[in-house]
Amino acid sequence: MTEVVLELAGVVKRFDENEVLRGVSITLHRHEVVCLIGASGSGKSTLLRCANLLETIDAGTISFLGQSLQDPRIDPDLVRHHIGMVFQSFNLFPHLSVLNNILIGPVYSLKRRRAEVREEALALLERIGLRDRADDYPDRLSGGQQQRVAIARSLAMRPTLLLLDEVTSALDPTLVGEVLDLLTDLAHQGTTMLIATHEMNFARDVANQVVYLDSGVLVEQGSPEEIFDHPKHQSTRNFLERVR
Amino acid sequence: MGRRGVVASALSSVIILGAIFAIFWFAPGGPTVRYFFFNPHLMWQAFVGDPHQGLLSVGKGLVTNLWMFTLSEVLVLILGLLIAWVRLSQSPVLFPFRVLATMYTDVFRGVPVLLVMYMVGFGLPELNLGFISNQSPAVYGCAVLTISYSAYVAEVYRAGVLSVPHGQLLAARSVGLTHTATMRRVILPQAVRTVIPPLLNDFVSLQKDTALVSVLGAIEATRAAQIYGDTVFNFSGYTVAAVLFLLLTIPMTRFTDHLIAHDRNRRLAGT
Ligand SMILES: Nc1ncnc2c1ncn2[C@@H]1O[C@H](COP(=O)(O)OP(=O)(O)OP(=O)(O)O)[C@@H](O)[C@H]1O
Ligand SMILES: [Mg+2]
Repeated sequence: MTEVVLELAGVVKRFDENEVLRGVSITLHRHEVVCLIGASGSGKSTLLRCANLLETIDAGTISFLGQSLQDPRIDPDLVRHHIGMVFQSFNLFPHLSVLNNILIGPVYSLKRRRAEVREEALALLERIGLRDRADDYPDRLSGGQQQRVAIARSLAMRPTLLLLDEVTSALDPTLVGEVLDLLTDLAHQGTTMLIATHEMNFARDVANQVVYLDSGVLVEQGSPEEIFDHPKHQSTRNFLERVR
Repeated sequence: MGRRGVVASALSSVIILGAIFAIFWFAPGGPTVRYFFFNPHLMWQAFVGDPHQGLLSVGKGLVTNLWMFTLSEVLVLILGLLIAWVRLSQSPVLFPFRVLATMYTDVFRGVPVLLVMYMVGFGLPELNLGFISNQSPAVYGCAVLTISYSAYVAEVYRAGVLSVPHGQLLAARSVGLTHTATMRRVILPQAVRTVIPPLLNDFVSLQKDTALVSVLGAIEATRAAQIYGDTVFNFSGYTVAAVLFLLLTIPMTRFTDHLIAHDRNRRLAGT
Protein backbone atom coordinates (compact mmCIF):
# COMPACT_ATOMS: atom_id res chain seq x y z
CA MET A 1 0.00 0.00 0.00
CA THR A 2 0.98 3.69 -0.12
CA GLU A 3 3.09 5.61 2.35
CA VAL A 4 2.14 5.60 6.03
CA VAL A 5 1.22 9.11 7.17
CA LEU A 6 0.29 8.57 10.80
CA GLU A 7 0.99 5.61 13.02
CA LEU A 8 -0.17 5.32 16.61
CA ALA A 9 1.24 2.35 18.50
CA GLY A 10 0.04 1.46 21.99
CA VAL A 11 -0.83 5.05 22.83
CA VAL A 12 -1.73 5.65 26.49
CA LYS A 13 -3.00 8.97 27.79
CA ARG A 14 -3.91 9.74 31.39
CA PHE A 15 -5.45 12.79 33.01
CA ASP A 16 -4.27 12.30 36.59
CA GLU A 17 -5.67 8.87 37.55
CA ASN A 18 -8.13 8.75 34.67
CA GLU A 19 -6.80 6.59 31.81
CA VAL A 20 -8.44 8.07 28.74
CA LEU A 21 -6.56 6.17 26.01
CA ARG A 22 -5.50 2.61 26.81
CA GLY A 23 -3.02 1.35 24.27
CA VAL A 24 -4.57 2.54 21.02
CA SER A 25 -2.90 1.57 17.71
CA ILE A 26 -4.03 3.00 14.39
CA THR A 27 -2.27 3.22 11.01
CA LEU A 28 -3.29 5.83 8.47
CA HIS A 29 -1.97 5.75 4.87
CA ARG A 30 -1.80 8.61 2.40
CA HIS A 31 -5.17 9.38 0.73
CA GLU A 32 -6.93 7.32 3.37
CA VAL A 33 -9.90 8.41 5.47
CA VAL A 34 -10.25 6.88 8.93
CA CYS A 35 -13.39 7.53 10.96
CA LEU A 36 -13.35 7.30 14.75
CA ILE A 37 -16.65 6.38 16.32
CA GLY A 38 -17.56 5.82 19.95
CA ALA A 39 -19.73 7.15 22.75
CA SER A 40 -19.23 10.52 24.35
CA GLY A 41 -16.18 10.39 26.61
CA SER A 42 -14.63 7.42 24.80
CA GLY A 43 -11.50 9.49 24.02
CA LYS A 44 -11.95 10.57 20.39
CA SER A 45 -11.07 14.23 20.95
CA THR A 46 -8.15 13.30 23.17
CA LEU A 47 -6.78 10.97 20.52
CA LEU A 48 -6.95 13.70 17.87
CA ARG A 49 -5.24 16.20 20.16
CA CYS A 50 -2.45 13.76 20.90
CA ALA A 51 -1.96 13.29 17.17
CA ASN A 52 -1.03 16.94 16.65
CA LEU A 53 0.80 17.30 19.96
CA LEU A 54 -1.75 19.54 21.64
CA GLU A 55 -1.54 16.85 24.35
CA THR A 56 1.47 14.76 25.35
CA ILE A 57 1.09 11.01 25.66
CA ASP A 58 2.11 8.84 28.63
CA ALA A 59 3.15 5.68 26.78
CA GLY A 60 3.38 4.29 23.26
CA THR A 61 4.54 6.14 20.17
CA ILE A 62 3.05 8.33 17.50
CA SER A 63 4.95 8.72 14.28
CA PHE A 64 4.24 11.05 11.42
CA LEU A 65 5.71 10.27 8.00
CA GLY A 66 8.00 7.77 9.66
CA GLN A 67 9.34 10.24 12.21
CA SER A 68 8.65 9.69 15.91
CA LEU A 69 6.85 12.65 17.43
CA GLN A 70 8.15 11.70 20.88
CA ASP A 71 11.68 12.55 19.76
CA PRO A 72 12.71 15.50 21.94
CA ARG A 73 14.34 17.18 18.93
CA ILE A 74 10.94 17.52 17.26
CA ASP A 75 9.48 21.03 17.22
CA PRO A 76 5.71 20.66 17.78
CA ASP A 77 5.02 23.97 16.06
CA LEU A 78 6.66 22.66 12.89
CA VAL A 79 4.76 19.36 13.08
CA ARG A 80 1.52 21.33 13.20
CA HIS A 81 2.41 23.01 9.92
CA HIS A 82 1.63 19.66 8.33
CA ILE A 83 -1.30 18.49 10.49
CA GLY A 84 -4.46 20.59 10.34
CA MET A 85 -7.28 20.43 12.85
CA VAL A 86 -10.95 21.41 12.68
CA PHE A 87 -13.04 21.68 15.84
CA GLN A 88 -16.61 20.99 16.84
CA SER A 89 -17.09 24.64 17.85
CA PHE A 90 -15.32 26.11 14.77
CA ASN A 91 -13.06 28.37 16.88
CA LEU A 92 -12.74 30.98 14.17
CA PHE A 93 -10.90 34.10 15.31
CA PRO A 94 -13.71 36.60 15.93
CA HIS A 95 -11.49 39.67 15.64
CA LEU A 96 -10.31 38.77 12.13
CA SER A 97 -12.20 38.86 8.84
CA VAL A 98 -12.92 35.59 7.05
CA LEU A 99 -9.99 36.22 4.70
CA ASN A 100 -7.59 36.99 7.55
CA ASN A 101 -8.72 33.88 9.41
CA ILE A 102 -7.50 31.91 6.42
CA LEU A 103 -4.31 33.93 5.94
CA ILE A 104 -3.11 33.85 9.56
CA GLY A 105 -1.49 30.41 9.32
CA PRO A 106 0.35 30.79 6.00
CA VAL A 107 1.46 34.35 6.84
CA TYR A 108 2.51 34.00 10.49
CA SER A 109 3.48 30.31 10.65
CA LEU A 110 4.83 29.64 7.18
CA LYS A 111 6.06 33.25 6.79
CA ARG A 112 4.75 33.41 3.26
CA ARG A 113 4.03 36.75 1.59
CA ARG A 114 0.49 37.96 2.17
CA ALA A 115 -0.01 39.08 -1.43
CA GLU A 116 0.96 35.66 -2.69
CA VAL A 117 -1.22 33.70 -0.25
CA ARG A 118 -4.18 36.02 -0.75
CA GLU A 119 -4.90 34.60 -4.20
CA GLU A 120 -4.83 31.05 -2.84
CA ALA A 121 -7.08 32.02 0.06
CA LEU A 122 -9.60 33.60 -2.30
CA ALA A 123 -9.50 30.49 -4.46
CA LEU A 124 -10.23 28.39 -1.35
CA LEU A 125 -13.16 30.65 -0.50
CA GLU A 126 -14.40 30.26 -4.05
CA ARG A 127 -14.23 26.51 -3.61
CA ILE A 128 -16.33 26.56 -0.42
CA GLY A 129 -18.76 29.00 -2.06
CA LEU A 130 -17.98 31.94 0.22
CA ARG A 131 -15.86 34.14 -2.06
CA ASP A 132 -18.21 37.10 -1.51
CA ARG A 133 -17.92 36.85 2.29
CA ALA A 134 -14.14 37.34 2.42
CA ASP A 135 -14.35 40.67 4.25
CA ASP A 136 -17.11 39.71 6.66
CA TYR A 137 -16.45 38.86 10.29
CA PRO A 138 -17.22 35.32 11.48
CA ASP A 139 -20.19 36.35 13.65
CA ARG A 140 -21.99 37.37 10.46
CA LEU A 141 -21.92 33.81 9.10
CA SER A 142 -24.18 30.85 9.77
CA GLY A 143 -22.74 27.87 11.66
CA GLY A 144 -22.34 25.88 8.47
CA GLN A 145 -20.53 28.73 6.76
CA GLN A 146 -18.28 29.23 9.78
CA GLN A 147 -17.35 25.57 9.80
CA ARG A 148 -16.54 25.68 6.09
CA VAL A 149 -14.29 28.66 6.70
CA ALA A 150 -12.61 26.76 9.55
CA ILE A 151 -11.94 23.89 7.14
CA ALA A 152 -10.55 26.34 4.58
CA ARG A 153 -8.33 27.84 7.31
CA SER A 154 -6.78 24.40 7.85
CA LEU A 155 -6.48 23.69 4.12
CA ALA A 156 -4.63 26.98 3.57
CA MET A 157 -1.67 25.40 5.38
CA ARG A 158 -1.70 22.61 2.73
CA PRO A 159 -1.59 19.98 5.45
CA THR A 160 -0.50 16.42 4.83
CA LEU A 161 -3.10 15.23 7.31
CA LEU A 162 -6.36 16.75 8.45
CA LEU A 163 -7.88 15.96 11.86
CA LEU A 164 -11.60 16.65 12.23
CA ASP A 165 -13.32 16.52 15.61
CA GLU A 166 -17.10 16.11 15.33
CA VAL A 167 -17.24 19.05 12.99
CA THR A 168 -21.00 18.84 12.47
CA SER A 169 -22.11 18.22 16.07
CA ALA A 170 -22.65 21.88 16.89
CA LEU A 171 -24.62 22.54 13.71
CA ASP A 172 -28.30 22.97 13.10
CA PRO A 173 -29.45 19.77 11.30
CA THR A 174 -30.25 21.76 8.16
CA LEU A 175 -26.62 22.92 7.93
CA VAL A 176 -24.93 19.55 8.44
CA GLY A 177 -25.25 18.62 4.77
CA GLU A 178 -23.17 21.47 3.36
CA VAL A 179 -20.25 20.63 5.63
CA LEU A 180 -20.41 16.88 5.01
CA ASP A 181 -20.55 17.56 1.25
CA LEU A 182 -17.34 19.55 1.50
CA LEU A 183 -15.65 16.75 3.46
CA THR A 184 -16.85 14.18 0.92
CA ASP A 185 -15.29 16.31 -1.85
CA LEU A 186 -12.04 16.45 0.08
CA ALA A 187 -12.09 12.69 0.54
CA HIS A 188 -12.61 12.14 -3.19
CA GLN A 189 -9.68 14.42 -3.94
CA GLY A 190 -7.49 12.20 -1.82
CA THR A 191 -7.10 14.29 1.33
CA THR A 192 -5.76 12.18 4.18
CA MET A 193 -8.16 12.56 7.10
CA LEU A 194 -8.75 11.26 10.61
CA ILE A 195 -12.35 12.08 11.48
CA ALA A 196 -14.16 11.73 14.81
CA THR A 197 -17.84 11.65 14.00
CA HIS A 198 -21.33 10.71 15.12
CA GLU A 199 -22.58 10.74 11.51
CA MET A 200 -22.67 7.00 10.77
CA ASN A 201 -23.98 7.29 7.21
CA PHE A 202 -21.23 9.74 6.37
CA ALA A 203 -18.63 7.41 7.89
CA ARG A 204 -19.98 4.54 5.84
CA ASP A 205 -19.73 6.63 2.65
CA VAL A 206 -16.28 8.13 2.96
CA ALA A 207 -14.24 5.98 5.36
CA ASN A 208 -11.65 3.45 4.21
CA GLN A 209 -11.43 2.30 7.80
CA VAL A 210 -13.69 2.72 10.79
CA VAL A 211 -12.34 2.54 14.33
CA TYR A 212 -14.62 1.94 17.29
CA LEU A 213 -13.40 3.26 20.66
CA ASP A 214 -14.95 2.39 23.99
CA SER A 215 -13.63 4.03 27.18
CA GLY A 216 -10.23 4.55 25.62
CA VAL A 217 -9.94 1.01 24.30
CA LEU A 218 -9.82 0.33 20.58
CA VAL A 219 -12.44 -2.42 20.46
CA GLU A 220 -12.69 -3.01 16.75
CA GLN A 221 -11.50 -1.63 13.45
CA GLY A 222 -12.15 -2.51 9.84
CA SER A 223 -13.86 -1.49 6.64
CA PRO A 224 -17.24 0.28 6.98
CA GLU A 225 -18.96 -2.96 5.91
CA GLU A 226 -17.16 -4.95 8.58
CA ILE A 227 -17.97 -2.49 11.34
CA PHE A 228 -21.47 -1.42 10.40
CA ASP A 229 -22.83 -4.63 8.88
CA HIS A 230 -20.90 -7.36 10.65
CA PRO A 231 -19.61 -6.02 13.97
CA LYS A 232 -17.78 -8.74 15.86
CA HIS A 233 -18.00 -7.38 19.37
CA GLN A 234 -21.04 -7.02 21.56
CA SER A 235 -20.11 -3.50 22.70
CA THR A 236 -19.84 -2.34 19.06
CA ARG A 237 -23.27 -3.78 18.37
CA ASN A 238 -24.74 -2.10 21.42
CA PHE A 239 -23.23 1.22 20.42
CA LEU A 240 -24.50 1.02 16.83
CA GLU A 241 -27.90 -0.02 18.15
CA ARG A 242 -28.04 3.10 20.28
CA VAL A 243 -26.99 5.57 17.58
CA ARG A 244 -29.36 4.20 14.96
CA MET B 1 -38.15 57.82 24.55
CA GLY B 2 -41.38 59.40 23.31
CA ARG B 3 -42.59 62.96 23.86
CA ARG B 4 -44.35 62.04 27.08
CA GLY B 5 -41.17 60.33 28.28
CA VAL B 6 -39.13 63.46 27.66
CA VAL B 7 -41.64 65.64 29.53
CA ALA B 8 -41.80 63.18 32.43
CA SER B 9 -38.04 62.92 32.80
CA ALA B 10 -37.56 66.69 32.53
CA LEU B 11 -40.24 67.26 35.15
CA SER B 12 -38.81 64.71 37.58
CA SER B 13 -35.31 66.14 37.13
CA VAL B 14 -36.54 69.64 37.94
CA ILE B 15 -38.41 68.44 41.02
CA ILE B 16 -35.55 66.32 42.40
CA LEU B 17 -32.86 68.91 41.74
CA GLY B 18 -35.14 71.66 43.07
CA ALA B 19 -35.74 69.67 46.27
CA ILE B 20 -32.03 69.09 46.83
CA PHE B 21 -31.31 72.74 46.20
CA ALA B 22 -34.12 73.83 48.55
CA ILE B 23 -32.84 71.65 51.39
CA PHE B 24 -29.39 73.11 50.92
CA TRP B 25 -30.64 76.69 50.62
CA PHE B 26 -33.25 76.79 53.37
CA ALA B 27 -31.58 74.56 55.97
CA PRO B 28 -30.98 76.38 59.28
CA GLY B 29 -27.21 76.18 58.71
CA GLY B 30 -27.47 76.90 54.98
CA PRO B 31 -25.88 80.34 55.01
CA THR B 32 -23.03 79.09 57.19
CA VAL B 33 -22.28 76.17 54.87
CA ARG B 34 -22.44 78.50 51.87
CA TYR B 35 -20.02 80.85 53.50
CA PHE B 36 -17.53 78.17 54.58
CA PHE B 37 -17.62 75.97 51.48
CA PHE B 38 -18.92 77.98 48.56
CA ASN B 39 -17.64 81.51 49.02
CA PRO B 40 -16.94 82.60 45.38
CA HIS B 41 -14.34 85.20 46.34
CA LEU B 42 -12.41 82.80 48.57
CA MET B 43 -12.76 79.98 46.05
CA TRP B 44 -11.02 82.14 43.47
CA GLN B 45 -8.36 83.14 45.97
CA ALA B 46 -7.73 79.48 46.85
CA PHE B 47 -7.54 78.59 43.18
CA VAL B 48 -4.87 81.17 42.26
CA GLY B 49 -3.17 81.41 45.70
CA ASP B 50 -1.70 84.50 47.33
CA PRO B 51 2.06 84.51 47.98
CA HIS B 52 1.82 87.56 50.29
CA GLN B 53 -0.34 85.64 52.77
CA GLY B 54 1.62 82.41 52.29
CA LEU B 55 -1.35 80.86 50.45
CA LEU B 56 -0.50 78.15 47.92
CA SER B 57 -2.49 77.87 44.73
CA VAL B 58 -4.79 74.84 44.59
CA GLY B 59 -4.67 75.09 40.81
CA LYS B 60 -0.89 74.85 40.79
CA GLY B 61 -1.10 72.00 43.27
CA LEU B 62 -3.17 70.11 40.78
CA VAL B 63 -0.26 70.17 38.35
CA THR B 64 1.56 67.92 40.83
CA ASN B 65 -1.40 65.50 40.84
CA LEU B 66 -1.39 65.59 37.06
CA TRP B 67 2.21 64.59 36.52
CA MET B 68 2.03 62.09 39.37
CA PHE B 69 -0.82 60.13 37.88
CA THR B 70 0.48 60.40 34.34
CA LEU B 71 3.82 58.96 35.37
CA SER B 72 2.24 56.32 37.64
CA GLU B 73 -0.22 55.19 34.98
CA VAL B 74 2.53 54.59 32.44
CA LEU B 75 4.58 52.66 35.01
CA VAL B 76 1.53 50.71 36.17
CA LEU B 77 0.74 49.62 32.62
CA ILE B 78 4.26 48.21 32.26
CA LEU B 79 4.74 46.66 35.71
CA GLY B 80 1.19 45.24 35.69
CA LEU B 81 1.84 43.57 32.34
CA LEU B 82 5.07 42.08 33.62
CA ILE B 83 3.40 40.62 36.72
CA ALA B 84 0.46 39.28 34.69
CA TRP B 85 2.86 37.72 32.20
CA VAL B 86 4.71 35.94 35.02
CA ARG B 87 1.48 34.71 36.61
CA LEU B 88 0.23 33.38 33.28
CA SER B 89 3.52 31.72 32.34
CA GLN B 90 3.63 27.93 32.19
CA SER B 91 7.36 27.32 32.26
CA PRO B 92 8.57 25.28 35.27
CA VAL B 93 11.67 27.49 35.44
CA LEU B 94 9.50 30.48 36.32
CA PHE B 95 7.77 28.67 39.21
CA PRO B 96 9.37 30.73 42.03
CA PHE B 97 8.54 33.94 40.16
CA ARG B 98 4.94 32.82 39.82
CA VAL B 99 4.74 32.34 43.59
CA LEU B 100 6.27 35.78 44.17
CA ALA B 101 3.92 37.42 41.67
CA THR B 102 0.92 35.79 43.32
CA MET B 103 2.06 36.99 46.75
CA TYR B 104 2.62 40.46 45.35
CA THR B 105 -0.90 40.76 43.94
CA ASP B 106 -2.41 39.35 47.16
CA VAL B 107 -0.49 41.70 49.43
CA PHE B 108 -0.88 44.94 47.55
CA ARG B 109 -4.54 44.47 46.79
CA GLY B 110 -5.07 43.84 50.51
CA VAL B 111 -3.10 46.64 52.17
CA PRO B 112 -4.70 50.14 52.02
CA VAL B 113 -2.76 52.54 49.78
CA LEU B 114 -2.59 55.03 52.67
CA LEU B 115 -0.63 52.55 54.81
CA VAL B 116 1.77 51.78 51.97
CA MET B 117 2.18 55.53 51.60
CA TYR B 118 3.25 55.86 55.26
CA MET B 119 5.60 52.89 55.08
CA VAL B 120 7.37 53.98 51.91
CA GLY B 121 7.22 57.72 52.55
CA PHE B 122 8.53 57.56 56.09
CA GLY B 123 10.39 54.26 55.95
CA LEU B 124 12.65 54.67 52.93
CA PRO B 125 14.20 58.02 54.04
CA GLU B 126 15.12 56.33 57.36
CA LEU B 127 17.15 53.73 55.49
CA ASN B 128 19.84 56.32 54.68
CA LEU B 129 20.43 54.60 51.39
CA GLY B 130 21.62 57.54 49.28
CA PHE B 131 19.53 57.78 46.13
CA ILE B 132 16.67 55.72 47.51
CA SER B 133 16.36 57.80 50.67
CA ASN B 134 16.68 61.25 49.10
CA GLN B 135 13.58 61.51 46.98
CA SER B 136 10.82 64.07 47.25
CA PRO B 137 7.46 63.06 48.75
CA ALA B 138 5.85 63.25 45.29
CA VAL B 139 8.32 60.72 43.92
CA TYR B 140 7.63 58.35 46.83
CA GLY B 141 3.96 58.94 46.11
CA CYS B 142 4.40 57.83 42.49
CA ALA B 143 6.32 54.76 43.64
CA VAL B 144 3.52 53.81 46.05
CA LEU B 145 0.76 54.32 43.49
CA THR B 146 2.73 52.29 40.97
CA ILE B 147 3.33 49.47 43.46
CA SER B 148 -0.26 49.30 44.67
CA TYR B 149 -2.05 49.78 41.40
CA SER B 150 0.18 47.37 39.48
CA ALA B 151 -1.31 44.62 41.63
CA TYR B 152 -4.84 45.54 40.52
CA VAL B 153 -3.91 46.09 36.90
CA ALA B 154 -2.00 42.80 36.72
CA GLU B 155 -5.20 41.03 37.74
CA VAL B 156 -7.19 42.99 35.18
CA TYR B 157 -4.79 41.90 32.43
CA ARG B 158 -4.84 38.32 33.65
CA ALA B 159 -8.64 38.19 33.75
CA GLY B 160 -8.67 39.59 30.22
CA VAL B 161 -6.40 36.87 28.89
CA LEU B 162 -8.31 34.16 30.75
CA SER B 163 -11.60 35.46 29.33
CA VAL B 164 -10.55 34.38 25.84
CA PRO B 165 -11.98 30.86 25.26
CA HIS B 166 -9.48 27.99 25.33
CA GLY B 167 -10.61 26.94 21.84
CA GLN B 168 -8.97 30.07 20.44
CA LEU B 169 -5.60 28.92 21.73
CA LEU B 170 -6.11 25.40 20.37
CA ALA B 171 -7.13 26.77 16.96
CA ALA B 172 -4.15 29.13 16.83
CA ARG B 173 -1.66 26.40 17.75
CA SER B 174 -3.30 24.11 15.17
CA VAL B 175 -2.40 26.46 12.34
CA GLY B 176 1.19 26.27 13.52
CA LEU B 177 1.45 29.55 15.43
CA THR B 178 4.06 29.57 18.19
CA HIS B 179 3.08 30.44 21.76
CA THR B 180 4.28 34.02 21.28
CA ALA B 181 2.52 34.46 17.93
CA THR B 182 -0.66 33.01 19.45
CA MET B 183 -0.54 35.59 22.24
CA ARG B 184 0.23 38.43 19.90
CA ARG B 185 -2.14 37.64 17.00
CA VAL B 186 -5.03 35.86 18.71
CA ILE B 187 -5.24 36.13 22.51
CA LEU B 188 -4.15 39.71 23.26
CA PRO B 189 -6.24 41.41 20.55
CA GLN B 190 -9.31 39.75 22.04
CA ALA B 191 -8.27 40.36 25.64
CA VAL B 192 -7.80 44.10 25.08
CA ARG B 193 -11.51 44.62 24.51
CA THR B 194 -12.41 43.13 27.90
CA VAL B 195 -9.53 44.81 29.67
CA ILE B 196 -10.03 48.46 28.75
CA PRO B 197 -13.12 49.37 30.84
CA PRO B 198 -11.84 47.93 34.15
CA LEU B 199 -8.42 49.40 33.41
CA LEU B 200 -9.88 52.88 33.01
CA ASN B 201 -11.85 52.39 36.25
CA ASP B 202 -8.63 51.65 38.08
CA PHE B 203 -7.08 54.74 36.54
CA VAL B 204 -9.90 56.91 37.85
CA SER B 205 -9.23 55.70 41.39
CA LEU B 206 -5.51 56.12 40.87
CA GLN B 207 -6.07 59.74 39.88
CA LYS B 208 -8.04 60.36 43.06
CA ASP B 209 -5.48 58.56 45.19
CA THR B 210 -2.78 61.04 44.17
CA ALA B 211 -4.39 63.15 46.94
CA LEU B 212 -2.94 60.67 49.46
CA VAL B 213 0.62 62.00 48.99
CA SER B 214 -0.56 65.02 50.99
CA VAL B 215 0.12 62.89 54.11
CA LEU B 216 3.80 62.90 53.16
CA GLY B 217 3.75 66.70 52.85
CA ALA B 218 3.83 66.94 49.06
CA ILE B 219 2.16 70.12 47.91
CA GLU B 220 -0.62 68.95 45.64
CA ALA B 221 -4.19 70.21 45.28
CA THR B 222 -5.59 68.69 48.49
CA ARG B 223 -2.64 69.80 50.58
CA ALA B 224 -2.81 73.36 49.15
CA ALA B 225 -6.52 73.44 49.99
CA GLN B 226 -5.76 72.25 53.53
CA ILE B 227 -3.13 74.95 54.03
CA TYR B 228 -5.57 77.50 52.67
CA GLY B 229 -8.26 76.32 55.08
CA ASP B 230 -5.91 76.38 58.09
CA THR B 231 -4.77 79.91 57.26
CA VAL B 232 -8.03 81.58 56.25
CA PHE B 233 -10.38 79.43 58.38
CA ASN B 234 -12.54 78.67 55.38
CA PHE B 235 -13.06 75.41 53.48
CA SER B 236 -13.79 76.86 50.04
CA GLY B 237 -10.36 75.62 48.93
CA TYR B 238 -11.53 72.02 49.40
CA THR B 239 -14.48 72.71 47.13
CA VAL B 240 -12.08 74.02 44.50
CA ALA B 241 -9.93 70.89 44.83
CA ALA B 242 -13.01 68.67 44.55
CA VAL B 243 -14.18 70.45 41.40
CA LEU B 244 -10.73 70.20 39.84
CA PHE B 245 -10.57 66.46 40.53
CA LEU B 246 -14.01 66.06 38.98
CA LEU B 247 -12.88 67.91 35.87
CA LEU B 248 -10.05 65.40 35.56
CA THR B 249 -11.99 62.23 36.25
CA ILE B 250 -15.36 62.89 34.62
CA PRO B 251 -14.12 62.65 31.01
CA MET B 252 -12.52 59.33 31.91
CA THR B 253 -15.58 57.91 33.70
CA ARG B 254 -17.90 59.04 30.87
CA PHE B 255 -15.56 57.51 28.30
CA THR B 256 -15.45 54.22 30.26
CA ASP B 257 -19.25 54.05 30.44
CA HIS B 258 -19.43 54.78 26.74
CA LEU B 259 -17.06 51.89 25.98
CA ILE B 260 -19.02 49.51 28.20
CA ALA B 261 -22.33 50.47 26.58
CA HIS B 262 -20.79 50.19 23.13
CA ASP B 263 -19.45 46.73 23.88
CA ARG B 264 -22.78 45.63 25.34
CA ASN B 265 -24.67 46.81 22.25
CA ARG B 266 -22.21 45.02 20.02
CA ARG B 267 -22.72 41.81 21.94
CA LEU B 268 -26.51 42.14 21.87
CA ALA B 269 -26.48 42.88 18.13
CA GLY B 270 -23.90 40.30 17.11
CA THR B 271 -24.03 36.49 17.18
N1 LIG C 1 -8.11 18.34 29.75
C1 LIG C 1 -8.67 17.29 30.40
N2 LIG C 1 -8.47 17.11 31.71
C2 LIG C 1 -9.02 16.06 32.35
N3 LIG C 1 -9.79 15.15 31.78
C3 LIG C 1 -10.05 15.25 30.47
C4 LIG C 1 -9.51 16.35 29.71
N4 LIG C 1 -9.93 16.22 28.43
C5 LIG C 1 -10.69 15.10 28.40
N5 LIG C 1 -10.77 14.53 29.61
C6 LIG C 1 -11.49 13.28 29.93
O1 LIG C 1 -11.11 12.33 28.98
C7 LIG C 1 -12.19 11.49 28.64
C8 LIG C 1 -12.33 11.43 27.13
O2 LIG C 1 -12.70 12.72 26.66
P1 LIG C 1 -12.80 13.07 25.12
O3 LIG C 1 -13.18 14.49 25.05
O4 LIG C 1 -11.56 12.64 24.44
O5 LIG C 1 -14.01 12.16 24.65
P2 LIG C 1 -14.80 12.20 23.29
O6 LIG C 1 -14.83 10.81 22.80
O7 LIG C 1 -14.23 13.23 22.40
O8 LIG C 1 -16.26 12.62 23.74
P3 LIG C 1 -17.33 13.54 22.98
O9 LIG C 1 -18.04 12.66 22.01
O10 LIG C 1 -18.24 13.98 24.10
O11 LIG C 1 -16.60 14.67 22.36
C9 LIG C 1 -13.40 12.05 29.35
O12 LIG C 1 -13.64 11.25 30.48
C10 LIG C 1 -12.98 13.42 29.76
O13 LIG C 1 -13.59 13.76 30.98
MG1 LIG D 1 -14.97 15.09 21.65
